[in-house]
Amino acid sequence: MLDRATQQEEQGEAQPVAFRGGGFAPRASRHAGWIALLVVIAVWQAAGSAGLVNSLFLPTPLSIARAIWQLAVSGALWQHVSYSLMRIGTGWILGTIAGVAVGLAIGLFSHARAVGITFISALFPIPKIALLPLLILWLGIGEEPKIATIALGVFFATAISVYSGVDAVPRNLIRMAQSFNVPFSTIVRRVIWPGALPSILAGFRISASVALLLVVSAEMIGADHGIGAFVLQAGNLMQTDQLLAGVVILSLFGLAVGKAINWLEARLLHWR
Amino acid sequence: MDLIADHIRHRFGALEVLDDVSFTVSSGEVVAIVGPSGCGKSTLLSILGGLLQPASGAARWRGAPPAGSFNPLTFVFQDFALLPWGTVEANVEFPLLHTALSAGERRALVDDALRRTGLTDFRGTYPKQLSGGMRQRVGIARALAVRPAILLMDEPLSALDSQTRELLLEDFIRLLADGAMGAVYVTHNLEEAVRIADRIVVLSRRPGRIREIVPIAMTRAERGAPEARAKLLSLQNDLWSLIRAEAIDAEREVQHA
Repeated sequence: MLDRATQQEEQGEAQPVAFRGGGFAPRASRHAGWIALLVVIAVWQAAGSAGLVNSLFLPTPLSIARAIWQLAVSGALWQHVSYSLMRIGTGWILGTIAGVAVGLAIGLFSHARAVGITFISALFPIPKIALLPLLILWLGIGEEPKIATIALGVFFATAISVYSGVDAVPRNLIRMAQSFNVPFSTIVRRVIWPGALPSILAGFRISASVALLLVVSAEMIGADHGIGAFVLQAGNLMQTDQLLAGVVILSLFGLAVGKAINWLEARLLHWR
Repeated sequence: MDLIADHIRHRFGALEVLDDVSFTVSSGEVVAIVGPSGCGKSTLLSILGGLLQPASGAARWRGAPPAGSFNPLTFVFQDFALLPWGTVEANVEFPLLHTALSAGERRALVDDALRRTGLTDFRGTYPKQLSGGMRQRVGIARALAVRPAILLMDEPLSALDSQTRELLLEDFIRLLADGAMGAVYVTHNLEEAVRIADRIVVLSRRPGRIREIVPIAMTRAERGAPEARAKLLSLQNDLWSLIRAEAIDAEREVQHA
């Protein structure tokens, strides 16, 4: 019988086991993102300043910043932003209230589910902006049809996220509450609502984007004021620096809404 | 207070799950329910606790619940069923929120339950920060807070590792020692059954029928003595021989399902 040392000698040098567990774990780097953005802006500015890009079609970042500054100084910026904010705010609140109520009803009651899901499935795919002319006929040419369009868009996104959230609440928690004779209203308030909140807040993120999309579309179709109307007018007059100034403001608005929802999530979902 | 399973039958659609199950859990008594997988143990417990309506027969209780009991029949769940957004304290207080108790009275009950389960120092902790054993302790504290007459325990240790299981089993035995509370203890684990139960109800393969009710003629304190080990092991083997053939059939049935 060969001893251990002889066996090892015969088998040759020990080889390292190759590492094969890398990858599939992407990590976000906040600084890399900002640096990339700054590089793009710098290249864009340099190309514009060197005359490599026609400023009529793509104004430089500096001229866009100047346009935003002039809009702010003249007061036009606030006028347009305030109209858009009023429409988004009102439409979002109305749509959210209705969406939460209907979503909860669908999530909790059989009859509401049977009827509600049928209607939502049939009406959700309709592009809500297509209803604006009809809403103008019904509600007149004032603010109401624009707000109603936004509210409709927000309603569907909210209702779906609420009833999906209610469906996702672990049934064992509801059974636990029932086993302690906890009343229905307390179960809804203390088990179902917090359990559905992650989905509801995700729905808010979507509905805020929908509201932004619809306010711009609605203002482009039938408004004199608002960021959408301003962007359209600037485009018609070939004032591309102003047009892009409007786009930047919309982007900042979207970022602000995203940050607000991040803040809400951090406050309300800290337990996750 | 006695809890009575009175000729309980149940089916899920065409699948017959329980067939004419009757027994009584007397005040302060611990009854374990064992049987092959899928024999309807958890279904029976849900029926006994009023979470499921039987196809026929009934779960009944007799006698007065103990004074100050807010929920005489109280579950301890296998998966703990803790509210992840609530601290340990909030979870234990949860079943008391809808009672007429003042905040101070609730606090006293919660403090007592936390003390009895060794959770006083963890009252501000969230479930995700706790180990499985500690989470189940929260589940037990929540059950104790409502002053139950009978605990309905659905495989309360099966999600835990063996060391934690041993520690919690000792805790259960300690909590049940004064006979103030009874328990129905559903388990796959025959060792747990022989260590904790006064009687063991052995169910047959689905549809679950009572095959045998095995009394254990030793106090729980006596079972802790080293000389009792051989007797308990023999009892455990007897139970296993009752179940083994059907457990094999049940396992094959599950695999083929």
